Amino acid sequence: MAPEPQRSQDPQEPQNSQEPQRPGGGPQERGEPARRAGIGKGPGTLLVTLYGIFTVGAASRSIVQLTTRFDEAPLAYVLSAVAALVYAFITLSLVRGGERARRAAFGCCCVELLGVLAVGTWTLVEPSAFPDATVWSDYGMGYLFIPVVLPVTGLIWLRRSRTGEPGRTS
Amino acid sequence: MFTPLTVALAVAAIALAAWCGWAAYRDQPTKDWHFIGMAVVALLGLAQLVVGIVRLATGGEAAEGTAIFVAYLAAVAACIPVVGLISLTERTRWGSLTVAAGALVLAVLQARLHEIWGGGGPGGA
Repeated sequence: MAPEPQRSQDPQEPQNSQEPQRPGGGPQERGEPARRAGIGKGPGTLLVTLYGIFTVGAASRSIVQLTTRFDEAPLAYVLSAVAALVYAFITLSLVRGGERARRAAFGCCCVELLGVLAVGTWTLVEPSAFPDATVWSDYGMGYLFIPVVLPVTGLIWLRRSRTGEPGRTS
Repeated sequence: MFTPLTVALAVAAIALAAWCGWAAYRDQPTKDWHFIGMAVVALLGLAQLVVGIVRLATGGEAAEGTAIFVAYLAAVAACIPVVGLISLTERTRWGSLTVAAGALVLAVLQARLHEIWGGGGPGGA
């Protein structure tokens, strides 16, 4: 486990106004064990739920597609499966908590964001490569653009909870 | 599918989402009344699962395939109980917002379920 940075409230930090609600501010007071729980609690709960839903959605979709009609649009279906894996990994990391999981989830959110942007652009530039849609087609339009909003929210949340202190972003 | 039930479930889910979203806005966790609301929506979801299976058993056929249809029915039935349990462990506004998100997902699932059964095409509704 990485050494624990000193908890320090920086009064100059403008982001403090967006500090998420915490029950009594209690969990933050006690170093590591509290922070372990940090990324899956509070606003993290909502993220875990959404990532969980997208894991189930993308996984079941790709399983059905890969097993029943792989030949129709292999690229799209494989990409859906990759998306499902990324979602599953982020969900597990958020639930598990801790600095290592936080870093892993952060990396995966970056991958996810790049994936959405790349696949989204790809589907617009070269639609013929995708006879069938993926989760990330057209920047996730078929899923109310949640696929492109989710990684951004995730990155903000994970970055903010880095030192166990919301608002500490630099 | 039984369209009135689908519509009722979608409307109930949106109402539940608005209610729990309001609780989150007012910085409140989910309370007993919210759980009663969730129970009603969850029961409707279970009813839909039963109706869907009965329809399949009596010779009905889903336009996009039985497997997908059953998977969506299961997701519909499980959706609200799962977010309800999460909100029990997260006694803050974020628990309320989680239920709101789950209820919105349920509403979207209803729209998809309608399509999967063949709502748009021949033999629909």
